[in-house]
Amino acid sequence: MNIGPALRILGAVVLTAVPAFASGGGAEIADPAAGWDELWKHFLIDVTLIGGVFGAVALYWLFKYRADNINQVGTGPTITRAQMFGWALIPAFIFMADDFYLAANGWTLWNTYRTVPKDALEVKVTGSMWQWNFEYANGVNSDVLKVQAGRPVVLRMTSDDVAHAFFLPKYRVTEDLMPGRITYLWFYPKEAGKTYVTCVQFCGASHADMSADVEALPAEQFNNWLASAGAKPAPDASGGQPAPAASGEQPGGASGKAL
Amino acid sequence: MKEWIFTTDHKRVGILYLIGSMAAFAVAGIMALLIRAEQFNPGLGVASEPTQYNTWLYFHGAAMILGFLIPGLTGWAANYLIPLMIGAKDVAFPRLNALSVWLFWMGIVVALLTFVIPDPPDIMWTGYPPYSVKTAGNTAFYVFTVHLIGFSSILGAVNFITTIIYMRAPGMGWKQLNVFVWSLLTGLIIQLIFVPVLAAAVTLLLFDKYLGTHFFDASAGGDTLLYQNLFWFYSHPAVYVIFLPAMGLLFEIVSTMSKNRPFNYNALVAGMIGIVFISGEVWVHHLFTSGMPDWIRVAQMVTTLMISVPVGIMVMSLWGTIYKGSITYNTAMYYGASCFLLLLLGGLTGIPLAMAPLDLHIHGTSFVHAHFHFIMGIFAAFTVFGSVYFYFPKMTGKMCNETLGKLSFWLNFIGVNVTFWPLFYIGIAFGMPRRYYDYSRIPEATPYHHIATYGAIMVGLGITLMLVNWVYSAIKGPKAPENPWRSASLEWTHAVSPPPHGNFASPPTVSSDWTPYNYK
Repeated sequence: MNIGPALRILGAVVLTAVPAFASGGGAEIADPAAGWDELWKHFLIDVTLIGGVFGAVALYWLFKYRADNINQVGTGPTITRAQMFGWALIPAFIFMADDFYLAANGWTLWNTYRTVPKDALEVKVTGSMWQWNFEYANGVNSDVLKVQAGRPVVLRMTSDDVAHAFFLPKYRVTEDLMPGRITYLWFYPKEAGKTYVTCVQFCGASHADMSADVEALPAEQFNNWLASAGAKPAPDASGGQPAPAASGEQPGGASGKAL
Repeated sequence: MKEWIFTTDHKRVGILYLIGSMAAFAVAGIMALLIRAEQFNPGLGVASEPTQYNTWLYFHGAAMILGFLIPGLTGWAANYLIPLMIGAKDVAFPRLNALSVWLFWMGIVVALLTFVIPDPPDIMWTGYPPYSVKTAGNTAFYVFTVHLIGFSSILGAVNFITTIIYMRAPGMGWKQLNVFVWSLLTGLIIQLIFVPVLAAAVTLLLFDKYLGTHFFDASAGGDTLLYQNLFWFYSHPAVYVIFLPAMGLLFEIVSTMSKNRPFNYNALVAGMIGIVFISGEVWVHHLFTSGMPDWIRVAQMVTTLMISVPVGIMVMSLWGTIYKGSITYNTAMYYGASCFLLLLLGGLTGIPLAMAPLDLHIHGTSFVHAHFHFIMGIFAAFTVFGSVYFYFPKMTGKMCNETLGKLSFWLNFIGVNVTFWPLFYIGIAFGMPRRYYDYSRIPEATPYHHIATYGAIMVGLGITLMLVNWVYSAIKGPKAPENPWRSASLEWTHAVSPPPHGNFASPPTVSSDWTPYNYK
């Protein structure tokens, strides 16, 4: 029996229903990094609560129920059938409730992470052993990722040789690069400033040195740089490379909408 | 010597596993110290060049998981304890058992060749292509190590599953099994299902590198992501092949030392069976940043979080087991008690890694490194160490030195916390990446690396004392009483220490109200 279509319909229902309540914000651009910090706080509260209760109980009991000698026998309760189910199902439901709480929040933030805002600056990233290359829509190549402050940036990424991973600690985002696939991520540099990208997928001897500067410049400065760098031939542009990122396609395939 | 090499006695096979896995642990532990020494300061330190450091990382990971944790638990503990616990004379297939320990030792030898061959593997224990295909390192040695130890695991799994099903003492029902027996049975079912997948993955890797095939070569129509999927399809369940028997051993120690039955035994067993069902549906959390389709990343975020349900039930049982107990503390119980905290620490720090969006910041950082060391490395290793102390009188007929045992415990326990707490912090705060010999970009992490390295030195001292204690006590220790911990399990009540070939003077039978936890 071919259940393909049925699955596809089910998938479509699930995938369209959930983002419906996940998104719905106004014109303001949701910042994944801020969302990350917020969700991390939820996690810390969650984990401190569970860890605190269980840790305190364990320490107290381990201390309280010390025996005077090894011949003493424990007096732990024998439980009835109802208690057996109770002690299994009630905790199971509590843990499951917590899981769903975390998963629901996680899913919402996930959609933010994967939904590229309109008018994002598009940059093509190519990783190779052991350097980063950034290519802009006007053909400019750079080994520093310069972006415009206040404008979301979407990176379309691939690798020339082995797997790498693009990790921007400041913007709380990672995505791998590999040959034969194009992956994407986006981040939101709200203010001008400098940070760095570093590789977190093991890629050989100089894996630890595979890093590049990331600079968010004020709009005018950025545009001037892009125009002037575009006027002169790019230093490391290789001859017959195919057209850069902005060739009409949306980044990450059908990434305009969440999931 | 000859009667050890050609032995088919499950206890001797078990001890051969123990010696082999502790040897792997010792060498991999030295690698850990070298790694910590290298990370003491940014820039190249003790390693002569980065590839040497990468080789240490490779060996540390591969040997700790494939050479120590899995064989320690499903090799030593299973071999030594299962037939004794179920009242059998030996395993179902003793010769197959001998073959599996031989294969394991050959695997260890092939792994150790890392240090003598030119261009040793430098591909981490994961061996991701295309790097593992392009590297000048000898990926084949990694592949053969996995083949040998994997084949050994498959044979072991077949052997023990058969043994547990068919060779239980007359009258011993499924609800009368030691928790360790259940945990091993469930762990080995996972092992049997998933090891062949890993073997297939690394075999294709071998073909790609040496025979010119293109399974993982995108330029010729292959897919690099295929390997990652195959690898983690085995390697995440492998975590439960470690975790389940580790929990089983922990229950044996905690239950016996607090003279309480495992709380809610039925739910505990259900939890373990639950893990078997869920273990194969969560591997994508290792690929949250690998460009997998969004729908499967979200789906497996949910399944991964759901692991907390069966594990939570097991945790309730563990906590319940000490409630109103009569706890006596020997070195084994020190390890047992510390595992309560390690379980919380390692388990709860897994939550953000299960949550796909939170994982996007920490996936490649030392936070992950600290998380899996606490739960898979240290928790499981501590149950093995605790069990060696616990079963020391059984295996050798001698008592282990308690003073030295407790001293080395404190060095180990404090040491691991001093090592890994800073790594949690710098992973979150500075995004300290994994597998970096040099972190010049993150100079603020330096003092934390200093602390971590001091912790590792403490652990190094603790482990050395522990090994000295084991060897010394095995030779010179005082004679052990027959049942020093007053256990109610068959291996203590019905067999002398150490048990002779054939285990029991007369085959034990058990009554319907017997359990291995009827303390009196």
